[in-house]
Formats: sequence, C-alpha cells, structure tokens
Amino acid sequence: MPIANTPTTVPVVIDADKCIADKGCTVCVDVCPLDVLRISELTGKAYMKYDECWYCMPCEADCPTGAVKVNIPYLLR
Amino acid sequence: MTGDIPGGISAVECDVLVIGGGTAGPMAAYKAKVKNPESRVILLEKANVKRSGAICMGMDGLNNAVIPGHSTPEQYTKEITIANDGICDQAPVYKYAQRCFEIIQELDRFGIRFQKDQKGDFDVKKVHHIGTYVLPMPNGDTVKKALYRQLRRVQMLISNRYMATRLLTGRDGRIAGVIAVNTRTSEFLVVRAKAVILCMGAAGRLGLPHSGYLYGTYENAANAGDGYAMAYHAGAALANLECFQINPLIKDYNGPACAYVAGPFGGYTANNEGMRFIECDYWSGQMMLEFHRELQSGRGPVFLKLDHLADETIGEIESILHRVERPTRGRFHAGRSTDYRHQMIEMHVSEIGFCSGHSASGVFVDEFGRTTIPGLYAAGDMANVPHNYMLGAFTNGAVAGEHAIDFAAETSLVDYDPADVTAERERVLAPLKREDGIPPNQIEYKTRRLVNDYLQPPKITRKYEIAADRFAEVREDLDTAMLARDAHELMRAMEASSILDCAEMAVCASLFRTESRWGLYHYRVEYPERDNENWLCHTLLRKVDGVAICERRPVAPYIVPIGNEERSAYDKQRLRRPA
Repeated sequence: MPIANTPTTVPVVIDADKCIADKGCTVCVDVCPLDVLRISELTGKAYMKYDECWYCMPCEADCPTGAVKVNIPYLLR
Repeated sequence: MTGDIPGGISAVECDVLVIGGGTAGPMAAYKAKVKNPESRVILLEKANVKRSGAICMGMDGLNNAVIPGHSTPEQYTKEITIANDGICDQAPVYKYAQRCFEIIQELDRFGIRFQKDQKGDFDVKKVHHIGTYVLPMPNGDTVKKALYRQLRRVQMLISNRYMATRLLTGRDGRIAGVIAVNTRTSEFLVVRAKAVILCMGAAGRLGLPHSGYLYGTYENAANAGDGYAMAYHAGAALANLECFQINPLIKDYNGPACAYVAGPFGGYTANNEGMRFIECDYWSGQMMLEFHRELQSGRGPVFLKLDHLADETIGEIESILHRVERPTRGRFHAGRSTDYRHQMIEMHVSEIGFCSGHSASGVFVDEFGRTTIPGLYAAGDMANVPHNYMLGAFTNGAVAGEHAIDFAAETSLVDYDPADVTAERERVLAPLKREDGIPPNQIEYKTRRLVNDYLQPPKITRKYEIAADRFAEVREDLDTAMLARDAHELMRAMEASSILDCAEMAVCASLFRTESRWGLYHYRVEYPERDNENWLCHTLLRKVDGVAICERRPVAPYIVPIGNEERSAYDKQRLRRPA
C-alpha cells in the first residue's frame, strides 16, 4: 500500500536570518538527542525534518546565534 | 586495528567497549581508561555524546547521596531494601552507597558544584521516608559539558551515530563484541571487544503518553529499550521486569513535577481539596498506588501545590525547575497561563516503562556490574540495581568500567560466528530493501497503544493474554512488512523492534509473578496480596532456545539486616485522616 504524508506542525523553529548553517555551522543538528534536525539543501539553513521531539532544548541552548526556539509540541500544549 | 570483514562491513577492535554515551556510559569509559591508560576503550553512541541521554540538559540535584554525617551506607541499603518490598540483592546497593561519596567529590572536581551550607558542608535535604539523601546542584546544567571535558582530556575514542543492534558472543558463551549500524548512512560496523558495558538507558518508549505524541515521554525518548532487547537476545538474564516504572508528572507536559525539588521548600503533592494524601513524596510503588487511588477517587485529580508559598520561594523553585533537566516546563506553563503562584498544577501518572533509575527492573547485575554473560556488564537505568537515579548511573558506571578493564587485561578477544553478522545484517537492512510496507512509526504506535490498553496496571491476566496475541500479530508485520526509506527511519525501525521486545518481556514477567508487589508497579487484580512465602524472590527472564522463560532466583542473604517492625515503613504511605 502506498505511503501518505500526514502533516504536523513541528515544535522546533529556526530563525533563518540568525541561522549560520550556510556558513558551516551544524551545532543544533549535532547535539539533538533524537537527531531530528537537518540543514536544508535548498536554503542552507537548519530545519526540523522529523517531528520526533522531546522538547529538551540542547539545540536552542547550544546555538551560537540564538536562532533556535523550542516550542512545546502542539499535542501537549 | 581497522579492517574489513566479508560483505564490506568494517571492523574495529578494543579492550572495553561502552555502549551509550549518556550518564553511566561516559563514566564507565572514563574510569576504564584512567585505570589503564594503555588500553583501548571505545564509547559508542547512537546520537552525540555531547548531549545524549536522560541528563542532556543536566539535573537539579542528587536524589540518593549517601554523605558521611548525614546518612550511612547501612542505612541507605536498608531503606532501599524496604522500599523494594524486600526484593533486593543488597551487595550492589551497598557497594553503591559506599562509593557514591567519592564520586560526588570527583564530580565536584570536574566542576559540577553541589549545594553547601554556610559552614561549607553539603546541604542535604530530607525527602525519603527514613533517611536524608537529597543534595541540590546549583549549576546542574553543566553536567554533560563537564563530563565531555574529561572524555576529551583522556582522548576517549568516541563513535557517535552508531546504533548497536545485537551483541556477538563466542562459542564458549563469552562476549565477543557488537554489531552496529550508522544512523545517517546505514553502514555496518562490527566492534570486537574483550568486555562490553551496556549503558543504554531506560525503556522509555514502552507505554504511550496520554497526549498520543510518541516522543512526549517521561524518559528521554531516545531511550527506546535497545539495551534490554540486546541483552535478551544475547541470552543474559533480566530481573523483575514486572516491576514497571511509573512516575508522577505534570499532566500532558509529561516531565517531572519534581516534588523532590519543591518538597524541601514546602511544596507538596495534593488532591483537589488542596490536601496532602501521602506521607512522603519519595517515589515507590506504594506511593504510586496511593497516587493512582486518589486519581480515581472523588478527590482526584492530583496536583503539585506551591500556591501557599512566598513569591520569592516560588521564584527560587522556578529558577531550578525551568533551567535544568526539563527546562521547557516554564514554556509549558506559560502556554497554558498557569503559574505556581496562583493555582495548583495538575499532575498525573506516566506511561509504563522499565527503568531502575526510579524502580527496580533491568538486566541482572552483581556488585561489579557483571551480567550473567561473561565479559558483559550493564550500568545505569537499564541495570537492575534499584533506585539508581543519576548518581547510581555514575557510580555503578565507574564500578563496571574499573572491573571490565581489569577483566579485559586477563583475557583475549573471542571469535564469533561470521554467520551471526550476516544474519543480523539481513535482519536490520530488510526494512530498507522493501519498496512498500508499514512505516516504523505505525508499528511503534500500535505496539504502544496496545501496551496502554492491556499492560497498564492494575494488571488483569486475560488482558495480558490478549496483549500477547496482539503483539504476535504486530511482530509478524514488523518481521515481514516494516518499511524504512532512509537511515534515520531505519534507526526508528530498530527502535520499534526493541519496543516490541520489551512489551513481550513485560507480559511474560508479569504473568509469571502470581502475587501483587511494589504497589502499583505490579498490582495484579486476581492476586491482590503480597505473597512472601512463594514470591520473596527475583524473577529472572531469559531467552532459551528462542523463547522467553521466567524462573525464580532467591534474594541474596541480606548484608544489612532488616528488623520486622522496619519492613512495613513504606506500606504506610497514605496519610491517616481524622475520622
């Protein structure tokens, strides 16, 4: 049977103006315990690729430019 | 040291391999390396050691510090034995209690400060029923960074992004190494080791949180129970898996409400009348049973009550709770416009899991962290030393690391059967090779939804039997139809497999013990009484000829005797109300 993509609103949000992933930074991607962040090939910025978040905050705490914000996943809010 | 073995799989060798870079793992690897600097120690982690594990954002304090002048190893061992309804091999607990102060001092030297009073003594707080063991950590957010600095200092060999999937054993039954798969590339790695230490955390994705969000778990959601599954498939014994972990928590947020933090400031767990209903907030199965009863009663639900405290006291509590361990707590409250100052915060009980951190189940180990497989050790939340908490992971990790490195010095690498590697590679990669099938998140959701429906205590025999049938159906799907489209999904697929293994082990162990014990953790409706005559023993579960079997194992004779009148200290959790 074919696979569908069910949309979800993701908790981790990146401020593209502040994100310096296009300059080689991968800190948020590296520190996420669930490994759910990636750098977009299209924009060169970090984004949440997999909605598998423990809302734990290393990505936000370690981001050198303050570009990452961890929100509470919608289902828990 | 690095080479290829048939099938394009790379292989490395080492003396001691530590799997899991959270809390116990880094300490085990560090202690092994420091004890024998010439040795080769590898630390394997499926995420990144810098921020992996339960304490990725640090910890607010030590819940079980045995500090001279405040408590004794004998007293602590006695308290833990009583809190576990007598089912406790005391040697590992006593060893922990004797060594943890030295570990506290070492962590202090690493830069992790512990709270001291005006005289410069450790400022220990009372939360437990009998003794005094809780020590706050003012800069608890720095734990992982401090640990990582030490690993760098000893030039630890760290392999991030490798998820171990199965252990390898030799013909003589000794440990031979591990098979791992890269979570970004799906490349295979075989690590040959003279000793392996499993530090892979709790089985935290066993039950489904009430929110329905798969990763909104109490435990770090990365801890899917991989260690329990690996130990099981290697033939190691697992103890008392029917003693589930269930935690009190902030409802929906699903993180700790932290009465341990708030308690010493005057906060407490209350019912909807704002009244206390339990004697003490220290977590035990008996406490959780009273919690459960209050939830079900007309006085439910249950709340964390702080609104009677002074503003500055609440500010101090917030500065801890909203900064370390689960710092998004503050955001959760802000989003709901709830404030500790103005209202009580609704609490609930967590989904079920396995975790010796707060409970007592796990891979069976002795006082050196040795499992029943020669050369295989376990420490932290997945080993069965009861009520470990963070300091137990550090201390028992240290114990296992030091023992394993000596063991490795006296032994050689064991040969494994290459066919085992081939078979495992086929098993692991199967979901990637399918063009169509069921994604891991659906396999996982179904397993965990069934766990909630049928396994959540109170335990009913017929429901457990139905669960076994349903799990068998899910297993058929997992084995024949699970689909992964990339390396990341493959990691989730392997985790789904571990979760199902844990669910089936939970059924097997729970049905075996025909009594009730540990309060809510193993409350069997048809056998409501504790039966010390037949069941004052461990249950050991292991894989024999491909199937799980359970057997009784006597509790080792106590080192610290327990008086008759002391045995019931944890049975009297409910506050007596005036008639």
